[in-house]
Amino acid sequence: MAKKNATDKVSCNMNALPLKTRMRPYLIVAPALIITIGIMIPFAMAIYFSLTNYSFRMPTYKFVWFENWIKILKSEDFWRALWVTLRYAFWSTLVEMVLGMGVAMLLNKLNNAFSKILRVVLIFPLMIAPITATIVWQLMLNSSVGIVEKFLNVFGVYNFPWAASPDTAMLTVVMIDVWVNTAFVMLLVLAGLQSLPKSPFESAKIDGGSAWFNFKNLTLPMLKPSLYIALLFRLMAALQEYAIIFGLTKGGPGDTLMNLSLTAHLTGFKFQKFGYALPYILVLWVIVNITAKQIVKRQRAAQKQASGLES
Amino acid sequence: MKTGKKRVLSILQNGLLAIYAIFALFPLVWMLILSFKSDTEMFTTTFVFHPTLSNYTEVLMNSDYFRYMLDSLIVSGGAVLISVLAGVPAAYALARYDFKKKEDIAFQILSFKFAPEILVVLPLFMIYQKLGLYDTYFGLIWVYQLISMPLLIWVVRGYFEDISVEIEHAAQVDGYSWYQIFFKMLLPLIKPGLVSAALLAFIFAWNSFTFPLMLGGINVQPITVAVTKYLGTDTAHYGQLAVAATVSALPAIIFALCIQKHLVRGLSFGAVKG
Repeated sequence: MAKKNATDKVSCNMNALPLKTRMRPYLIVAPALIITIGIMIPFAMAIYFSLTNYSFRMPTYKFVWFENWIKILKSEDFWRALWVTLRYAFWSTLVEMVLGMGVAMLLNKLNNAFSKILRVVLIFPLMIAPITATIVWQLMLNSSVGIVEKFLNVFGVYNFPWAASPDTAMLTVVMIDVWVNTAFVMLLVLAGLQSLPKSPFESAKIDGGSAWFNFKNLTLPMLKPSLYIALLFRLMAALQEYAIIFGLTKGGPGDTLMNLSLTAHLTGFKFQKFGYALPYILVLWVIVNITAKQIVKRQRAAQKQASGLES
Repeated sequence: MKTGKKRVLSILQNGLLAIYAIFALFPLVWMLILSFKSDTEMFTTTFVFHPTLSNYTEVLMNSDYFRYMLDSLIVSGGAVLISVLAGVPAAYALARYDFKKKEDIAFQILSFKFAPEILVVLPLFMIYQKLGLYDTYFGLIWVYQLISMPLLIWVVRGYFEDISVEIEHAAQVDGYSWYQIFFKMLLPLIKPGLVSAALLAFIFAWNSFTFPLMLGGINVQPITVAVTKYLGTDTAHYGQLAVAATVSALPAIIFALCIQKHLVRGLSFGAVKG
C-alpha cells in the first residue's frame, strides 16, 4: 500500500516536469545497469559464436551456421546431459520443497526452546559454499575415514558405493544438494507461516473445520506465494548446478552426472571446442527462462488469491 | 486419554525434528572432529582420540591458505563495495520514481541472477584474455556483479519502499536538499537492511565457485577454488582437508548469524518479508 502512495505522489505530473528532472531516474539507475550489462555482452557473443567453429587452439574461425546445433541435437551426449539436468533439478527441488515445508511446519508448531535453537543453527549448511559442502560429505562418505560406512555396517550394509557407482551417484549429489538447500525452503515457509493472519483461522475454528480442511483451504493457499518463490529460486539453481557435481565426481563415474553445465564447460575448456560448447548452455538458458516466467506468473496469481483470503 | 495422545504426538514431532537436525548438523560436527585428528589416528579411531592442532598449524602456517583467504576477501569485498555504490542509488530510483520501463529494468537486473553462469563465463573468458582481465582482481570483481548487484538492488529497493514518502516531503518543505534527505534521513533508516543485504551479497560472493574457477588462475585464487586442491588426491590428508573446509566456511557462518533477522528477506530478494 505504502508503495502505491509513494509512486503516485512523486509521479503525479511527471510529463510536465523539465527534461532534466524526467531523466533523473534513468541517470541514477544507469551506473548499475552499465556495470551489469557490460558483463552481459557475452550473451550476444554466445549466440554468435555458437554459429562458428571457434576454438581456442586455432587462430582463425569461420561461420558454420547451424552445423554445431545440428550435430549436438543429433548427439547422444546432448540428450543424456539434458536428461541428467532435468533429473537432478526435479529430485533435488522436490525433496527440498517437501522436506523444507515439513521442517518449517514442525518448527512453527512446536515453538519450544529446542525449535528456537534449531531455527538458528539449521541455516549453517545453507551458508556454506556448495563446493565446501561436497568436502564435508566426502569426509562423511569416504570408506576409510567416513562415519557413514561405520553406521551402515551396524545395519549389515557394507561398502555402499555412493558417488563411485553409476547407480548411486545421482542419489549422492541430490542428497548433498538437499543438505545444503533445504534450509532455504524452510526459512521462506517459516516466514510465511508466521505472517499468516489470525482471523480466518479463528472463524474456521468456530465453524469446526478439521485440521486437514484448514490446511488445504487456508494455510496452503496463503503460503503459496512464498512456496512459489522458494520453488523459483531452487529450481533455477538446480537446473544450473555445477559446483556440487564438479566437486564430488567431476561428472563421473563415466558420464553419469554430466549435466548441461558440466558438458559445456568440458567441451569448451578441456576440449577447447568453444563454438561447439555454446549450444548446450544456450539450450539451458532457454529452459531456465521459460520455467522462470511460468513460475513468476503463477506466483502472482497465487499472491492475488492469497490477499483475497486474508480480508 | 487425550493428553496421552498429545504427548505421543509431541514426542513424535520433536523426534522427527531431531532426526533432521542430525542430518543437517552432524556432518559439520564430523568435519570439526576430523580437523582435530592426527593422521595416525585418522583411520583407527572414531570419537575417542587425542585432539591435536597439527592440522591447523600445517594448513594455516605452512601453506598459502591465508593468501587464498585474502584473495577471497579482496574480490568479494570489492564486488560488494561497487554494488553498494552503484546499487543503492538505483534501488532508490526504482523504489521512488515512476518512469517508463521501470519494471522492465528491475526485471532485467533480476534476470542476471538466473543467467547460467557458464553461459557468461565461456565468452567472457575470450574477452578477458583479450582485455588482460583474465586472472585479475578487477576481472573477478566485475563478473561478481552478477551475484551481488541484483541482490542488493532488489532487497534495498524493498527497504526504501517501506519508508513513507511523507517523511521526504516533510523534509523538503523544511528546506532540506535532496542529498541531505538521502544521506541524513533515508540512509540511516535503511541502514540495518542495507548492511544485511551487503553481508549476504558478500556471503554469496565468498561462496562463488564457477566464476573464480574459470576466470581466475595462478594470481587470483579465491578460497573456494583453492580448497579443491585438497580434494581427490590419493595422498589426501583428511585432517587438513577438514581444516581447509572449516576455516573457509567460518566467515560465511559468522556473517549469517549477524543478519539472521533479515535473512529471509535477503535470500528471497525482498519477495518474502520475514
